[in-house]
Amino acid sequence: MSAVLPKNMESTVNFDLAAASLRELNATLQSLSPDTNQTAWTILNPRGEHALAVGITVPVSVTINGHAGYYCAGMNDGAAVTINGNVGTGVAENMMSGLVHVKGDASQSAGATAHGGLLIIDGNASARCGISMKGIDIVVKGNVGHMSAFMAQSGNFVICGDAGDALGDSLYEARIFVKGKVASLGADCEKKEMTEEDKTILANLLQKAGIEDSVESFTRYGSARTLYHFHVDNVGAY
Amino acid sequence: MCGIAGLFLKNKALEPQLGALMSGMLNVLTERGPDSAGFAIYGAAMPGYVKFTVRVPFGFNAADLALQLEAVVTEHDDHVVISVPTARAAEIQAFLEKRPEFTIVSIGSRMELFKGVGLPEEVSARFGLASMSGTHAIGHTRMATESAVTTEGAHPFSTGADQCLVHNGSLSNHNDVRRSLVRQGIKFATQNDTEVAAGYLSYKLREGAKLDEALTSALNDLDGFYNFVVGTESGFGVLRDPVSCKPAVMAETGDYVAFASEYRALAGLPGIEAARLFEPEPAKVYFWERAA
Repeated sequence: MSAVLPKNMESTVNFDLAAASLRELNATLQSLSPDTNQTAWTILNPRGEHALAVGITVPVSVTINGHAGYYCAGMNDGAAVTINGNVGTGVAENMMSGLVHVKGDASQSAGATAHGGLLIIDGNASARCGISMKGIDIVVKGNVGHMSAFMAQSGNFVICGDAGDALGDSLYEARIFVKGKVASLGADCEKKEMTEEDKTILANLLQKAGIEDSVESFTRYGSARTLYHFHVDNVGAY
Repeated sequence: MCGIAGLFLKNKALEPQLGALMSGMLNVLTERGPDSAGFAIYGAAMPGYVKFTVRVPFGFNAADLALQLEAVVTEHDDHVVISVPTARAAEIQAFLEKRPEFTIVSIGSRMELFKGVGLPEEVSARFGLASMSGTHAIGHTRMATESAVTTEGAHPFSTGADQCLVHNGSLSNHNDVRRSLVRQGIKFATQNDTEVAAGYLSYKLREGAKLDEALTSALNDLDGFYNFVVGTESGFGVLRDPVSCKPAVMAETGDYVAFASEYRALAGLPGIEAARLFEPEPAKVYFWERAA
């Protein structure tokens, strides 16, 4: 279905994937104009389909009622996408701006390579969460799996639970905040002093995600910066 | 790529639907593995009997074989299931092994194993999966990477009586491991990497390891990326490599435990909305077993 409402009549549009195709859904969402009045969408019967609500470039809200598959809300640029369920690999991958809120768990590579926006995961995220993040803010209320924040370049990554092995391996300038235990740190990732600027960033993200934990209960990790600068002593290795 | 589906029923009332549910899961996984498919299904055991699943040539006459062997022979396309009293198992096995037109696919008191080339939907239909019943089943849809698209290269691979293995991933040291196992007397029919993993488990079990111990040692000896699902007489096990690139999702309800490469394959199971969903952790051996 593709319900067309009269202009100026705002209401939630239900899109039932039992009755229409995924391609139709994405084509509809991707063709919305920036001044659309159809600003609220609910997707029914997602049944774990891949690439749900990807590439939206207008500030609408999309609610997915059920579990989603891979790359859900990928390349999001401005929309607020809420998933009432779990998501597969690569939720919000390459997000540019907007909000993606997963009410359940996320599989691997959540928020991969994303440039901006906010990704909130209420449950756990598995391996490689925030891999190569380039400016996104990620808040995970549960645990994250191994190799999270691998080669993370910029942005802020808040982990309220525990982190798996090799957190922040080959890290660039992303900030990592962990409340729970870290199984192990990756190469070139180290514990840092929490600066006032860090505290402000963290407090802001906790507030946005509706988390009441104190800033002091988190530990800040960052790059030791020994890997990514050219060092003349290593010239023989290049 | 490849797709894996596993379904272990806790609720007896679902047993007549096992084949239909597994068939539905495999159909969804066609996009992950369209070139071949296979499944192992664990039905009721006949006390004192053993089942041979055997691949036979086209145009084969099952009635003749039944007369010749004085055994019950059930036809499923190019596979037959031969049920014989356990006391005659060695004799029948020797007979089958001497005949080059037969390939023993599996042996067991409960497990029957069918596989073939083609779309999963076609393969399931050829063998009549949808009407099969049982306590648990594991299935596989293949997108070949390491060896040719043949029936021999399709999964599952039998690793011993009532035991089989399916795999999603690829092993990088399979040639080396195969050479070592051949020296130990393990036989291989293909150049397939999964057959090596199956041979490895068979070898470890032969040497006295329990299945969970064999899987744990696989973490050290098999290099590459893999999700393994192992079917046993009483249940199934799951192992993911430490890096865990390959996708896996599990669902548990009061009625069943299910494994799939993607949630989409679980979406058709009854009561899935209320299931506890989780992703198996890397390098951790999981087992679900029915109490004896």
